[in-house]
Amino acid sequence: MKKVVTGNHAVSYGVKLARAQVIAAYPITPQTQVVELLSEFCASGKLNAKFIKVESEHSAMAACIAASASGARAFTATSAHGLALMHEMLHWAVGARTPVVMANINRAMGPGWSVWTDQNDSLAQRDVGWIQIYCESNQEVLDTTIQAFKIAERVLLPVMLILDAFVLSHTSEPVDIPDQEQVDEFLPPYNLKTKLDVNNPRAYGGLTNPDHYFELRYKIQKAHTEALAVIKEIDEEYKKHFGRQYGLVEPYRCDDAKVILVTSGTITSTARLVIDEMRDEGRKVGLLKYRVFRPTPREILRDILYRAQKVCVIDRNISFGHGGIFAQEIKSVLYGLPASPPVYSFIIGLGGRDVTPKDIREIIEYTYKEETPAEPVIYRGVRL
Amino acid sequence: MKIPEIFEFIRVDERLPHILCPGCGIGSAMNAMVRAIIESGLKNDDVCVVSGIGCSSRIPGYIDADTFHTLHGRAIPSATGVKLAHPELEVIVIAGDGDLLAIGGNHFIHAARRNLDMTVILINNFNYGMTGGQASPTTPQGKYAKTAPYGWTERNFDACAIAQASGAVFVARSTTYHVTHLRTLIKQAIKKKGFALVEVISQCPTLYGRLNRMGDAVKMLEYFRDNTISISQIKDPKEAEGKIVIGVLHDVEAPEYYETYKEIIRRAQAQKHHV
Ligand SMILES: Cc1ncc(C[n+]2csc(CCOP(=O)(O)OP(=O)(O)O)c2C)c(N)n1
Repeated sequence: MKKVVTGNHAVSYGVKLARAQVIAAYPITPQTQVVELLSEFCASGKLNAKFIKVESEHSAMAACIAASASGARAFTATSAHGLALMHEMLHWAVGARTPVVMANINRAMGPGWSVWTDQNDSLAQRDVGWIQIYCESNQEVLDTTIQAFKIAERVLLPVMLILDAFVLSHTSEPVDIPDQEQVDEFLPPYNLKTKLDVNNPRAYGGLTNPDHYFELRYKIQKAHTEALAVIKEIDEEYKKHFGRQYGLVEPYRCDDAKVILVTSGTITSTARLVIDEMRDEGRKVGLLKYRVFRPTPREILRDILYRAQKVCVIDRNISFGHGGIFAQEIKSVLYGLPASPPVYSFIIGLGGRDVTPKDIREIIEYTYKEETPAEPVIYRGVRL
Repeated sequence: MKIPEIFEFIRVDERLPHILCPGCGIGSAMNAMVRAIIESGLKNDDVCVVSGIGCSSRIPGYIDADTFHTLHGRAIPSATGVKLAHPELEVIVIAGDGDLLAIGGNHFIHAARRNLDMTVILINNFNYGMTGGQASPTTPQGKYAKTAPYGWTERNFDACAIAQASGAVFVARSTTYHVTHLRTLIKQAIKKKGFALVEVISQCPTLYGRLNRMGDAVKMLEYFRDNTISISQIKDPKEAEGKIVIGVLHDVEAPEYYETYKEIIRRAQAQKHHV
């Protein structure tokens, strides 16, 4: 059934179809509608789940982790400071191997207070061990929500799906909402082998001495490596059921491209238009949408980017003291390849400042024209 | 024309008009606070107004004094830092029920327990205003909120009872209808040495009021007028049933945190001389 829904409600519908059983959350702009609709689904009995509005995001994640460990499919959503406040618990979800799913609506960090989009909130959680998937459209948001539960439960890692504040969260698009039976066929009930069970008591969260700790971390990393194939497989299976697929990354008109632009989130949609325009002018340019950020899809990134003469990366984020985070990742992926293309790194649109087709065109033109980038990181549109 | 005194404490040029909804009660609370500050004989440089995040927490932005608009829930720990660094400042916290009682609830009880000298003005509008009307720790059971479309299942906090039980030395409550009364209470709270709480029952006609069909701001204020009882008038506890009790609910003397701290140092140093 097609319905016109916002990105936030696309998440809610996805969670409902995935039959989440425990939802714990704390409100924050721009996430609120995700949980408001879910609270309605739960209170009216449309979704057989328990919803609790807890006293902070830290508690929300604690509740989700424990619900997940006790065998319930658990979900939460947040943004910016809410995600930051969860930080301790994000580690816990990974260490406890609980397949919690969370939607994070990308919002800039304060102070200066901002409710608008940028990626610093989610990217600041890069190293905690969550799978991270950046979405471009409301349809992708809904589909990724459903996929996320399946991925998480297969590899026993929590999954964060990420969407831009307002550009997706509060913007309505037509979204194909699958039937419940279809989703039930795709996503079996959650069945955690190691769940808390009074008949078979277990103790969670024990002290781990140096004889064992390292191995636990190694296994988390191994799960990440294996997750790449799992995500791909689930994505293909999703296509069989629903006719849609997104890939770990999505190359767009990259085949003979001399310059490839790398983007994530909704900037990708704007960039697609620019690429089409430039292609019409006979320019050999392509686009790579970076979708699954963790685990890093190293091989496929290499395969696509390696063929370009130059690569430019747009970052709506900044690692202070270094530069754009996606650019860092791309550089590290390409490092060591013979004759790997130079990477031009651009930071733009922090705190939700508009990123226009003109900006994107100029970024590509610059990369085309300049032998080497004038600076290791180029800031576009800073008004000083 | 003589500029009214309160404008000396308000950033008229830079910040007005304000962002509050028509009929919001937070402006009345701010008005009472500013007048209480002035009547306490304080000048702009004598006070620091600290808030968290929320509609109520926007108030420091309008005040012409040192102000701190901190994180959601962290008004009290931030105020603690200011007070420790500058014990001579009159530190006033102004924030919402979600801020002070949910995400910042732990700080609230511990600051009261410590009895650090500060005035906390808690604006209780029974919901999370800024994020759009979700249920908060003060939303009464059965009432409606954005996260409680069929009625709220949880019980609510009585902030004054919590503060008193946690060790606050001054606890009072008023409403945005009783503005003069409210001003007097804030003045008393400022004067009090130690942790002082003034709970302000306030209307949020845009969200809580609308979701609970309480009518417009005037109707809500009339409700406050007709459903409050002053603590001094209560002879039989039955009279207070179903009413909002206003007035000074608790007023005791107890050693203030910093005073105790100074005393400990004095004693420790006195001991040294004996060694
Ligand atoms: C860590 C964190 N979580 C959530 C939020 C979002 N948030 C902003 S204001 C607010 C609640 C405001 O309610 P209240 O404190 O009662 O004040 P009011 O707006 O009603 O005056 C919330 C949840 C935030 N800023 N930071």
